[in-house]
Amino acid sequence: MSEPHIETPQELDDANARPVDEAVPTGDAAVPVGRGVRSEDVLLEVDDVTLRFGGVVALNGVSFSLRKGEIFGLIGPNGAGKTTCFNAMTGVYQPTSGAIRFQGQSIVGKKKHEITRGGIARTFQNVRLFPEMTALENVMVGADAHHQTSVLSALFRLPRHWREERSGRERSIELLKFVGIMHRAGDVARNLSYGEQRRLEIARALATNPTLLCLDEPAAGFNPAEKADLLALIRRIRDTGVTVLLIEHDMRLVMGVTDRIVVLEFGRKIAEGTPAEVRDNPAVIAAYLGVPTDAA
Amino acid sequence: MDFSGLIHDFGPLTITGLTQGAIIALFALGYTLVYGVLRLINFAHSEVFLMGTYACLFVWGLFGLDQNSAAPSAGKMIGFLVLGLVAAIIASGATALVVELVAYRPLRRRNAPPLAFLITAIGASLAISEATGVTTHRNQAGVPPIIQAKTVIEFGNVRISNLQILIIVLALVMMFVLDRFINGSRLGRGIRAVAQNPDSAALMGVNKSRVISLVFVLGGLMAGVAAVMYDLKIGVTRYDAGFLLGIDAFTAAVLGGIGNLRGALLGGLLLGVLQSYAAGLFGSQWLHAAAFVLLVLILLFRPTGLLGESLGRARA
Amino acid sequence: MRGIGVLVLAVLAFLLPYAGSIPGIGPQIITQGIDWPSALFNMSYYVLLSLGLNVVVGFAGLLDLGYVGFFAVGAYGTALLTSNDSIMHTKWAWIAAAPFALAGTMLAGLLLGWPTLRLRGDYLAIVTLGFAEIIRIVATSTQTLRGDRGFTGIPHPPGSFSDGKPIFGVTDATPYFWLGLTVIILVILGVRNLDRSRVGRSWLAIREDEEAAEIMGVRTTKFKLWAFAIGAFIGGLGGVLFAGEQGFVNSQTFVLQFSILVLAGVVMGGSGNIAGAILGGALISYIPDRLRGISDPFFHTDLYEYRFAIFGVVIIVIMVLRPQGLIPSRRRAMELKDREKEVAPL
Repeated sequence: MSEPHIETPQELDDANARPVDEAVPTGDAAVPVGRGVRSEDVLLEVDDVTLRFGGVVALNGVSFSLRKGEIFGLIGPNGAGKTTCFNAMTGVYQPTSGAIRFQGQSIVGKKKHEITRGGIARTFQNVRLFPEMTALENVMVGADAHHQTSVLSALFRLPRHWREERSGRERSIELLKFVGIMHRAGDVARNLSYGEQRRLEIARALATNPTLLCLDEPAAGFNPAEKADLLALIRRIRDTGVTVLLIEHDMRLVMGVTDRIVVLEFGRKIAEGTPAEVRDNPAVIAAYLGVPTDAA
Repeated sequence: MDFSGLIHDFGPLTITGLTQGAIIALFALGYTLVYGVLRLINFAHSEVFLMGTYACLFVWGLFGLDQNSAAPSAGKMIGFLVLGLVAAIIASGATALVVELVAYRPLRRRNAPPLAFLITAIGASLAISEATGVTTHRNQAGVPPIIQAKTVIEFGNVRISNLQILIIVLALVMMFVLDRFINGSRLGRGIRAVAQNPDSAALMGVNKSRVISLVFVLGGLMAGVAAVMYDLKIGVTRYDAGFLLGIDAFTAAVLGGIGNLRGALLGGLLLGVLQSYAAGLFGSQWLHAAAFVLLVLILLFRPTGLLGESLGRARA
Repeated sequence: MRGIGVLVLAVLAFLLPYAGSIPGIGPQIITQGIDWPSALFNMSYYVLLSLGLNVVVGFAGLLDLGYVGFFAVGAYGTALLTSNDSIMHTKWAWIAAAPFALAGTMLAGLLLGWPTLRLRGDYLAIVTLGFAEIIRIVATSTQTLRGDRGFTGIPHPPGSFSDGKPIFGVTDATPYFWLGLTVIILVILGVRNLDRSRVGRSWLAIREDEEAAEIMGVRTTKFKLWAFAIGAFIGGLGGVLFAGEQGFVNSQTFVLQFSILVLAGVVMGGSGNIAGAILGGALISYIPDRLRGISDPFFHTDLYEYRFAIFGVVIIVIMVLRPQGLIPSRRRAMELKDREKEVAPL
């Protein structure tokens, strides 16, 4: 088998070249939603969110928004607040101030399963599958999210139970095929390889029928071939109409697959724009390399 | 509800409450120590206490003392008291250690899920209390009158007896000694280290197994003292004495902040006094039910208790 | 194939009252100190209790130490509605009282579950223990529940033979056993249906990783409450049957040790699977009853009195040596083995 081809930044740029609506200002200036973006295109808005843990300010007045159908990257050096922001956006943390709106409605204070049923699904940085359930069963739990079968329906085996079990199983099998682990459907999740487990998590999240899929470091621990596969998978997911948000450390992956990126540092947004814009942004370079900004 | 009685007897009820509370506080230390280090509720601690109550009776019985004996003279009284305390401390400490070695340690080695520890704990508690119950035919055992209760201080309608003073003083002394030990000695530092961060403690050369055994023994020691005091105050013991008082003690530990030593003292005294007032108002059969209700309320609304959880103090 | 095996077992179970006739071992199997049909009936309600507790502990992973409380509510509910001694003076037939007693039990399950289900596992255990104790104290101390005088004259289940004699009489416990067995079979079918549905999947997900389950859309509170309610219902069923067979209910029956005995049955049999719960439940009843009438040589106490002590030790032995129980569920055995491989913190 030949060596997997690792794209150069130029090749990635060419592959992802897209017309830019307008120049998007970088730096702290908030991007007003109206700028070249129709408001009905906005899927999730982070509006001046501050999050404090005791004395630590993890997020400080962060604002940005996700548009429908895009692949959006959230990056920044360690400790920048990416995971905190991610968790706030998926309803795991509550902001100290500011608002987070999904499809126009605030998600602050909603229960986690309500948020999921509302259309936001996520994976975890340290894979959190149900270890003793099979791959298929794991995905079916996700599919259950929208099922209406009540306890009594299940108890008395009413028609709805049979209908939803069948459709849930079919959908789960489709998703296992979609992520490429159908051959492991009957295996217990614990016994899957690391790469298979990550893909299973994605399948499970997709089973909840999300409008927005949030991936928390989906490529961690992957070799380049696996990363290329993941890239393709993410694009296929977007092509089915699901908006994707991802946190990632791997710059090549981020630059290669995202449409827009937000960069955080020390809890603040320091840049926002297309991969090309962000990559050349001096503040971003400084944040990652630690070069004093006045040297830029 | 007898409000006028409560107000009239406020003084005596408070003294009784403090005395009972002192016993509860010592008993509660065992729960709080083990929880602080292992995050485990040691259900079997109630039987650790129970063994103490029977051990001193056994030793006193060897000298021919039973509930019908005459009270001994002053010198002998001190001798018997010390003997009883030693016997109870040894019995309780040993019971605690045996439970740890037989029931908990094998589970820790296998990294058993937390539910498993609880189940084993309750099995141990049941085994010991029932074995005691069957061998005693579920009868009460009377306590010889080692200490002749005499009023020592009197003001208004408040009478404080020598026994009550002994109990409160002994409890305070034991707590003080324990506090000094935990905060001032090398072994005590080891305990606090393991409570805060077992892995770091091990890396710093602390022998975790030995620390854990020590913690169980210390809790047992305190319970043994409480057991002797309980026997002298209540005058009888029975196979289920551990369970009922154990609920009170656990409530006290949680009330003060489980894992917090000073919390156990505060919780114990507070609970003892509150129970005393409640008994004055409602009658004593509701004492333990009241403790349970209080426990449930604390767990629902302020599970960290009054002083907060922390054996090692600065716990995130 | 497996279905036929189960069917054969069910038929054999109905034939158990005649086990004494088996040549050779028959007389050794059946109990001496208590008549065999009564022992069988005892086993039937213990099995019911184990099945019910298994739903709460084994499937949903919630340690309920006060399970006997639900048994008590079922029995006392029946007593209050049917007995002459009851202040309610309703004097209903057993069959009429049963649904209401069961509804009361489920309500008790919800009342207990709703405030406590968000507590951590060990605190939940203590609170459930408190619940059972409070019921016992209320039963002992209040006039309404008549302490250890109890309720007499609880009517038996209905039905009579062609010659007018009642099916459920006072001398032969065999019909009660068959009734209990029928109820057990229905409960097994129900629990199995739940297990192999989104309900069972949700319970398992909650047990494996509750937070992840909730993030995947599982309504954790709802399913935990249902586990409690179903467990309570099954426990109440045991209580209703018990009241109908004994004809008498008092506060002596509902001691805390009883809850722990049932827990021992679930754990020993193998929690998380139905066959394990049945075996465990049967054993915790059969073994003590089989030992009735035999006294120990030292204290001259009937060995039956040792049952709580014996099963306390059994709990420790099982948890230390074979935590997956006698009939392990495939999952539980793997769960435990995998945990062993991880590095233990202490």
